[in-house]
Amino acid sequence: MTPATPLEGIDALATAVADAPSVVAIGAGTQWEVGGLSEPDAVKVRAPSGIVSYDPRDLTVTVGAGTSVAELSATLAEHGQECPLDPRDPLATLGGVLACGLSGHRRLRYGPLRDRVLEVRFVTADGRVVKGGGPTVKNVTGFDIPRLLVGSFGTLGVLVQVTLRCQPLAADAEWSTTALDPFEVRRRAFRPSCIAWDGSTTTVLFEGVARDLRAERAAAGTSPASGAPELPRGPHRGRVSVRPAVLAALGPALDECGVRWLAEVGVGTVHVAADHESELAAARTATEAVGGWMLREAGAPGLDGFGVTTPNRALMARIRDAFDPTHKLGRGRLDPLLCPREVELEGARG
Amino acid sequence: MSVDPLLAELELVLGPDRARAEPLELALYARDAGVAQGRAAAVCFPRTADEVAGAVRVAAHHDRPFVARGSGTGLAGGATPVGDPLVIVTTQLDHLLDVDAEARVAWVEPGVLNLDLTRAVSHLGLHYAPDPSSQQACTIGGNVATNAGGPHCLAAGVTSSHVLAVDVVLADGSTATLGGLEPDQPGYDLRGCFVGSEGTMGIATRIAVRLTPDPPTVRTLLLDFDTIEAAGAAVSAIIAAGVVPAALEMMDAEITRAVEDFVGAGFPRDAAAVLLVEVDGLPDGVAAQVATIDAVGRAEGARTVRVAADDTERALLWKGRKSAFGAIARIAPDYYLHDAVVPRTRLVEVLRQVYAIAAEQRLTIMNVFHAGDGNLHPLIVFDAREPGVWERVHRAGDEILAACIAAGGVLSGEHGIGLEKREAMPLVFTPDDLDAQARLRDAFDPSGRANPTKILPAGSRCGELQRIPDGAWV
Repeated sequence: MTPATPLEGIDALATAVADAPSVVAIGAGTQWEVGGLSEPDAVKVRAPSGIVSYDPRDLTVTVGAGTSVAELSATLAEHGQECPLDPRDPLATLGGVLACGLSGHRRLRYGPLRDRVLEVRFVTADGRVVKGGGPTVKNVTGFDIPRLLVGSFGTLGVLVQVTLRCQPLAADAEWSTTALDPFEVRRRAFRPSCIAWDGSTTTVLFEGVARDLRAERAAAGTSPASGAPELPRGPHRGRVSVRPAVLAALGPALDECGVRWLAEVGVGTVHVAADHESELAAARTATEAVGGWMLREAGAPGLDGFGVTTPNRALMARIRDAFDPTHKLGRGRLDPLLCPREVELEGARG
Repeated sequence: MSVDPLLAELELVLGPDRARAEPLELALYARDAGVAQGRAAAVCFPRTADEVAGAVRVAAHHDRPFVARGSGTGLAGGATPVGDPLVIVTTQLDHLLDVDAEARVAWVEPGVLNLDLTRAVSHLGLHYAPDPSSQQACTIGGNVATNAGGPHCLAAGVTSSHVLAVDVVLADGSTATLGGLEPDQPGYDLRGCFVGSEGTMGIATRIAVRLTPDPPTVRTLLLDFDTIEAAGAAVSAIIAAGVVPAALEMMDAEITRAVEDFVGAGFPRDAAAVLLVEVDGLPDGVAAQVATIDAVGRAEGARTVRVAADDTERALLWKGRKSAFGAIARIAPDYYLHDAVVPRTRLVEVLRQVYAIAAEQRLTIMNVFHAGDGNLHPLIVFDAREPGVWERVHRAGDEILAACIAAGGVLSGEHGIGLEKREAMPLVFTPDDLDAQARLRDAFDPSGRANPTKILPAGSRCGELQRIPDGAWV
């Protein structure tokens, strides 16, 4: 058991948040361009880092939101555990990962990011330190503030500390590959951790004991691969979210756009990268044509962060107003979604 | 047509005989399976989402609160009517609308019973994972409202992990779809906020749930111990050995005897505690886990480790576990079931305190609970006819809760806060924490008419004066 170490600097951070007219929380900056862009002259604040408490027998860990995923993973691995967050860049901080809400590639088996968060501590717009959720693995005490904050892009509060649910590391893990239809692989395999598909190759991750992995591989018709498939790279990147059933139709449409892509079959996430902004824009159009949407992850400065408005905009705007009446937190990050008119007006002024 | 203007308008919207206010009817809906008693102004039974919205608008028109209700199996008073509300019963929206076996998603109406959903998809090799003990009677709508759990939520997660989308009627009668079948939606996780909000954010009228493939291999083990301490230590040791079972349940001596007398499942009547452990998955991984549990259990002092030989024996063991609340009816006429969670490493010391509290209050307390996730369910059995017993029951309950909180726990693992525990919320939340929750709740329902007085204690909002209406027994 690691004894609880109180984080330093939270009070100073709270004062800074209360005093500044516009504040943005920054971690390692690895997801800085995801969604809407932050207001350039916002005061930047950083959450403290470090392990606050960890008892492997409880399968929970409490850390400063400024802690990198790499540091957390190293600590957990010493005790044969992990928290399958799997950000694109392991230097990302927990605060950044949770604020952007991007789930990792093993979501098919382990569920979305939001299911990992048990308790949060955050600084409110007026500089109070507030707790939501609770430290136990099971808890329905009060409203689900932790889930509300996951994917909120820092617009409701500055995350300073989080408690996460961990799990034992799998005995073995193996990527394997096949030219088979990925949807057929999904039907055949019992519990793959990831089925990645780029339109021609299906690459599957199985985790468990070695003999089960061989059996799963045999059932799915895959053969061992050298490693994980690479996420598409390029100056302009996006993340598609569609109903898993439409992936088969979307894949060829994305090929037409000239983008590189890798889909998570069974989940409905597609990682897209392009050399030219126009190609990413075309991929967004193709995605919207099948009822999905594409989040801008990097580059593509001419593209709106979300490309869509939400049907629940009024409700979301009320929530934001309730937590941050002057919209001082993370200004810009969700604005294209929640107040598109303001953005248009500013654009016209600029 | 009724002369009561509220009833008359409800009849216009819902049709004759769909809204009632006879004393007997109101008495039936005055409480859920908890102990808090309230009073409804009227009860109505819509059959469609449009009718639910219509009923909510009628309530708004008459400036009355409304309380959604499924089967009424909730234990925290979440469905207890407070403030002369309209009770909107959703059990007649009971259609299984669509099952997509390929996508492993089902759309259901809120009145579909939990177990009926699993039965309806079992021929496809799928099931709905959350399995509260009341699953034969409770509705999916109620499960969503309380973020219900169950023994198999240890590995699979509670309701919120299995709800993808919810169509809701908000307090102003408007409708919205929260969440969706895409993996992510732009903006805030409204679905996540709604699940577990106990009817304070609106009423679910259509729910998309994730279906889980049946595991190829399942093994159920029964371990019995001479001391409760040894059983508690085994729980932590199993998890520490890298096994997260599908379910890990503990029953103490009293409840084990009661269940054995009731069901005859072969539970050892002389054990101080038994653990019911289930592991599932692929055959070799399951075999390895069984071996680990056997070794760890024996090392921690298990007298015997029995692995169910077949599905019949497995079903019998689970029947024993799930009959616990029926079994205690043979011991005393009344019971009060508590729900709290502690870090699993603190289980044993908290259990010891629970027994000490029982002794001090001269009460019988039995424990049957989800040990794997530290979710305690102390069960106080008593005879309500005994003068003064209620005071002792309540005092014991308060002391148990205080002990759990002192050990770093929370107020509820799966029953919710409702009316029962709202006054205890300040034990785990500061005024600022509660204020944040109140802001979220009020953003969903600025009118405050959706199930008022639930979850948050009076005074959660700055400068708030909240009063339980006269005549409400809470």
